[in-house]
Amino acid sequence: MAAVLESLLREEVSVAAAVRWIARSAQSSEDDPGEAAALRSLRPLRKEFVPFLLNFLREQSSRVLPQGPPTPAKAPGSSAALPGRPGGPSRGGRGARSQLFPPAEPSSAAAAEAPPARRGGRRRGPGPGRERGGRGPGGLEEGVGGESPPWAAGRRRRSSGSPGSPGRARSDPPNLSNLEEFPPVGSLPPGPAGTKPSRRINPTPVSEERSLSKPKTCFTSPPISCVPSSQPSVPDTSPWGHGLPPGCRSLQEEREMLRKERSKHLQQSPTPACPTSESGSPLPSRTGNLTAEAADPARVSSRQRLELIALIYSSCIAENLVPNLFLELFFILQLLTARRMVAAKDSDLEPTPGAPDSLESPLFQSVHDCVFFAVQVLEHQFDKGTLKLLAENERLLCFSPALQGRLKAAYEGSVAKVSLAMPPSAQAVSFQPETDNRANFSSDRAFHTFKKQRDVFFEVLREWEDRHEEPGWDFEKGLGSRIRAMMGQLSAACSHSHFVRLFQKQLLQMCQSPGGTGGTVLGEAPDVLNMLGADKLGRLRRLQERLVAPQSSGGPCPPPTFPGCQGFFRDFILSASSFQFNQHLMDSLSLKIRELNSLALPQPEPSDEDGESDVDWQGERRQFAVVLLSLRLLAKFLGFVAFLPYRGPEPPPTRELQDSILALRSQVPPALDVRALLQQGLRARRAVLTVPWLVEFLSLADHIVPLLDYYRSIFVVLLHLHRSLVLSKESEGEMCFLNKLLLLAVLGWLFQIPTVPEDLFFLEEGQLDAFEVDTVPSEHGLDGMPVVDQHLLYTCCPYIGELRKLLASWVSGSSGRSGGFVRKITPTTTTTGLGAQPPHTTQGLQAQLAQAFFHNQPPSLRRTVEFVAERIGSNCVKHIKATLVADLVHQAESLLREQLVMQGQDGGDPAQLLEILCSQLCPHGAQALTRGREFCQKKSPGAVRALLPEETPAAVLSSAENIAVGLATEKACAWLSANITALIRREVKAAVSRTLRAQGPEPAARGERRGCSRACEHHAPLPSHLISEIKDVLSLAVGPRDPEEGISLDHLEQLLGQLGQTLQCRQFLCPPAEQHLAKCSVDLASLLVADQIPVLGPPAPRGLERGQARRLLHLLLSLWKDGFQVPVPLQLLLSPRNVGLLADTRPREWDLLLFLLRELVEKGLMGRPEIEACLGSLRDAQWPKDFSEELATLFNLFLAEPPMPEPQLRACELVQTNRGTVLAQS
Amino acid sequence: MAAGCLRPVPLRLLRRPSPSPNMILTKAQYDEIAQCLVSVPPTRQSLRKLKQTFPSQSQATLLSIFSQEYQKHIKRTHAKHHTSEAIETYYQRYLNGVGRNGSAPVLLELANEVDYAPSLMARIILERFLQEHEETPPATWLAFGNEIQCTWLRSQIIKFPSSKSVINSMLRDPSQIPDGVLANQVYQCIVNDCCYGPLVDCIKHAIGHEHEVLLRDLLLEKNLSFLDEDQLRAKGYDKTPDFILQVPVAVEGHIIHWIESKASFGDECSHHAYLHDQFWSYWNRFGPGLVIYWYGFIQELDCNRERGILLKACFPTDIVTLCHSIA
Repeated sequence: MAAVLESLLREEVSVAAAVRWIARSAQSSEDDPGEAAALRSLRPLRKEFVPFLLNFLREQSSRVLPQGPPTPAKAPGSSAALPGRPGGPSRGGRGARSQLFPPAEPSSAAAAEAPPARRGGRRRGPGPGRERGGRGPGGLEEGVGGESPPWAAGRRRRSSGSPGSPGRARSDPPNLSNLEEFPPVGSLPPGPAGTKPSRRINPTPVSEERSLSKPKTCFTSPPISCVPSSQPSVPDTSPWGHGLPPGCRSLQEEREMLRKERSKHLQQSPTPACPTSESGSPLPSRTGNLTAEAADPARVSSRQRLELIALIYSSCIAENLVPNLFLELFFILQLLTARRMVAAKDSDLEPTPGAPDSLESPLFQSVHDCVFFAVQVLEHQFDKGTLKLLAENERLLCFSPALQGRLKAAYEGSVAKVSLAMPPSAQAVSFQPETDNRANFSSDRAFHTFKKQRDVFFEVLREWEDRHEEPGWDFEKGLGSRIRAMMGQLSAACSHSHFVRLFQKQLLQMCQSPGGTGGTVLGEAPDVLNMLGADKLGRLRRLQERLVAPQSSGGPCPPPTFPGCQGFFRDFILSASSFQFNQHLMDSLSLKIRELNSLALPQPEPSDEDGESDVDWQGERRQFAVVLLSLRLLAKFLGFVAFLPYRGPEPPPTRELQDSILALRSQVPPALDVRALLQQGLRARRAVLTVPWLVEFLSLADHIVPLLDYYRSIFVVLLHLHRSLVLSKESEGEMCFLNKLLLLAVLGWLFQIPTVPEDLFFLEEGQLDAFEVDTVPSEHGLDGMPVVDQHLLYTCCPYIGELRKLLASWVSGSSGRSGGFVRKITPTTTTTGLGAQPPHTTQGLQAQLAQAFFHNQPPSLRRTVEFVAERIGSNCVKHIKATLVADLVHQAESLLREQLVMQGQDGGDPAQLLEILCSQLCPHGAQALTRGREFCQKKSPGAVRALLPEETPAAVLSSAENIAVGLATEKACAWLSANITALIRREVKAAVSRTLRAQGPEPAARGERRGCSRACEHHAPLPSHLISEIKDVLSLAVGPRDPEEGISLDHLEQLLGQLGQTLQCRQFLCPPAEQHLAKCSVDLASLLVADQIPVLGPPAPRGLERGQARRLLHLLLSLWKDGFQVPVPLQLLLSPRNVGLLADTRPREWDLLLFLLRELVEKGLMGRPEIEACLGSLRDAQWPKDFSEELATLFNLFLAEPPMPEPQLRACELVQTNRGTVLAQS
Repeated sequence: MAAGCLRPVPLRLLRRPSPSPNMILTKAQYDEIAQCLVSVPPTRQSLRKLKQTFPSQSQATLLSIFSQEYQKHIKRTHAKHHTSEAIETYYQRYLNGVGRNGSAPVLLELANEVDYAPSLMARIILERFLQEHEETPPATWLAFGNEIQCTWLRSQIIKFPSSKSVINSMLRDPSQIPDGVLANQVYQCIVNDCCYGPLVDCIKHAIGHEHEVLLRDLLLEKNLSFLDEDQLRAKGYDKTPDFILQVPVAVEGHIIHWIESKASFGDECSHHAYLHDQFWSYWNRFGPGLVIYWYGFIQELDCNRERGILLKACFPTDIVTLCHSIA
């Protein structure tokens, strides 16, 4: 490989030809015959050139960037080609690896040479790789410390023994955060093998049959500060366990370790790593070395060589020959921001004299070289989001003022803005009667079970929210059993589907928003920068980043993670470990993915007037973003669940095993026919929608998946797609730039996932060609529309932000302190949770209210309102154009005519005329807003009403109408206020030949709301109050009571009066209360009859006078007659217990009872026979003898007396005489 | 829930709910009150003293707190009164007491003496009494059978003299108790008990209902459309707060989808139970909402505002509705 480079350097071959040679197998006619010949001889090597180049650069830079984030991507075949080390073209490449980080100790060599090298990695026992199935954050840990999976390691070691290169001892001070030097605890005793800094591309000649899958460390080079994410889970297996400085053993790390411990317990080996961002614990960083060395263009060594390599390198990037565009950019930026050269041993660094331009001498001999190279490459490539920061990099100015100028221009011209608007915060999935009520369940039991499950689910979710960040908290331990108990109750299939629906909806609600993934992907830094410029920004930015910046997302190429709330859902699935649940979930996810993937995203009709289409366009872009993000989320979880059973910590150890697994797995149909969907997507030119979610799905595949024919063919298609997305080509009908960038980013990321074999990318092109996609260019595919904006790009690929962070940390000058990255402090408040964020502004509150309003309504309501608002808003603009603008145009025409009459036929300069007209007419444009509002107000309610079902409650309808009005108005007014002047201008310009009608809108009448007004003002006392009062009277009467206790007559009368009022008002009266009141009133009457109520009087508590008692009884009688609407238990008046009260009274008062009985009959409250029956049964009870006698007398009296009003007095007298006799006797 | 007793809820407090600072207590204030309630019998007299001790507190709030604290106390000690030995002892003491003087408040005093709720003591004795007569059935007390008006009850008594429904029915109407003396004793216990018994239950229920009605009125007055529990149940909702707002509002900056009325004081114990059984369930279905503890609550419990459970001691005044004209 080096031969190619050498021939380039010797200028035997032009860069263009070389690139053509690399990119295409066929020789192009432009090629110089000589070049062609030179290259032809190297043909077998062609495929390996790019990996070689990448590794070469990485290795060359290793001394420059020893302390920054470890250099990304080491491609295979690196130093093999170094002169003097003719390692042979293909295999030798691998052998060269160890040369860069030669065994420092003898033991390392021993380890490397250990015969069962393939298994060497396993001796460690449960290392991180094992627990996490090799998908730890960063695979970095795997790479470090020889931790890469068995046979990758094996191969490497096998070869590494041979060269025995002279160890270039490191001279820089120990760097604790450097994984190479200090591998994570437990990953391996700090031994020799730990030299592999990062994943290498390890191309395998295609002639070899499909090799075993080559799991690998992630190609990525996460910034050092992220390293802790790969904290080993086996504590204390190495002396380093406690040797780390305190900073390394932060809570974060402990938490991380706990997590891993847990996942180990769970045997969920493949649990993808938790968000690496969480683990960006501050590592105390490199000693000193804070100040950057000033880079000086004049001090660049071997300028020509650097230029050439930069050229070929950037050509490779431009042609998408590198697996990951952003990784390369990251690398370049790292070079650009390199602080200073590591002081290596002079002898090592001394360029070989006399051969300055050969590959023999180090490529980068100084920071100046690095910067020069970086700038060279940047001159060919630069990305958008970081333009400003790049432009502010003084080194850039120094090395290439022209590039800086271009950057500045590009920055100023760039309209790409990153919106930080957050979607409404997550809520619970609302209960919808249509799907959730009893009718949707097979049995009451299922219904109630699900009722409970819903509550348990949210309870668990809340608990997770509260506690998952607590140190020592463990999902499985804390919630596992509860989840399983809950899942255990889901018996019927229909219950499963209900629960899955809930689960999926909640997943979408919580995780769809970028915020739901655990913080904004993009800090606000860029905006602040824009405002302030970079000059004095260091401190401010540092402060700001401490406060708001998201943590590093784990380098430019982090492994798949489940950040934020996603972690909950992942852990839930794991803890539930329910086959049925997983199956239902997969079904449901697949269905939803299909549904969303085929969603006919409204396509903007190509409008010749650039005006109105804008109005619709934003909404559609937003919709696209929502659909895309949902799809990615769903696909990620589908991938997670679908491959869960297969995911193991490591790929199969032997070839035979792998083959048998392959044979077996190839029988298993895919959970979702993603290949068909991909092909459809490509054919329909919807790759921009399909590929990102497919990548999410595949990123969670297990090691075997890429080897299966079915999936391999998908990868090949994706590779092909990747190759075809050349950013610089922008032809008609091509994909939009940002669309392409998004696809490149996600694909590049996918190619770096540990489970994706590293040789996959560098497939022989023959293979690639075999999978040519027949893209039928269709006019209106999504790909050709600018559906992706900067914000979406960053949301989908947060790792792109690493570039920005790298630059930002340069600006803030803090990179040296934390391995090139600003140390981040996680904001303590979670931004999205189950609870709603308190809205702070009125506007925000209103928006939240509107969101909240839709929450409990059927989803169709929202769709309807949004649809109406969208259409009316759009119509409004057209309406304004047809009315106001047309009027103005009309005016313009007459004005123009006047003008022409006044000024004669020539009228003057048309441009000047236009200016005059516009200055007169444009101010009228202000009316557009008022009129637009009127229009929306008039049109929206009717439309909403027509589209919503009849039974929609009035209040809901009116709110829906109003929201529609509001949204439509907002939409229309936003457009109008921005564009009306331009529109008028344009129309006026074309006015003379136009004739348009005009009509004015009418102000819309608003619907009114009704209030409640009843005749009664509900001032009656409350029933509870009365029961309570009467109870007190009863308790006083029954005793025991203090001597001074009693009740005033007034109070009693008042009480009965109040009772009357309450019974009339009835506003607050419920049947049980009324029943109790009735019963209490009967008890009260009995006590009155028995003269048991202690009345407060001047002398002392005493009995009531008979007259008073009668008055009270009268009141009661009338209440019973007219007040109560429930049956009054009047027969209780004659219950033995109540009548028995009389027995205790001395003297006994029978007349009141008789009076009462007669009144009852009189008022028709009780029939005579009824009373007689009661009296009859009273006789059966056991009474004192005298009482029985008196009772019999009363009975006789009552029976004897005809029911007449007057005679009762006499009867009473009779009884009274009786009483008198009793008195006399006593 | 307030055990409405001697001076129940002052009317104006109900009718014109206003934010009374006294009704929202800090945990410390609450503890101070609760401290004074230890082992106070649930009688008229003790309540009177209590009110004198805390003149500045709303009476209804005090009653509610007292009732809840007392219930907690009873829950803690319930078991020890229900051992067969205890029951036997109480029954013998009762029999001895009424044997000496049937009209003395034997049962009530027994309850107060052993620190148990009079109504619950009445139930224990009644159960025991019925058990005894179950074994030597109707003969002894069929004589009373005629007094019992309800034929259903009569048949029940004959069949299952000590079944729960029979006992409940007798407690509601002691006239049905086939022993005059016991009937009077039970009745006395019930009317003197401020925390337990059918009357207190009814009062609590009524208070709850009244506040719901009150809340409904206020919602109507404010023109806020809602669905009430009955409507929701008819639609098949599985858990139903008192009111769901058809169009949400914001209270003190928090979105409110539903309102639950609690005519009681929100102490830790009851609030946590409500959260678990009701409020979170509502949140799980309808989103954030408002709980009105009409008799106040412990300030520290209002900690889930951000999460979507807002506590108030009165109908909110600061209500923001969905505006009808944006732009």
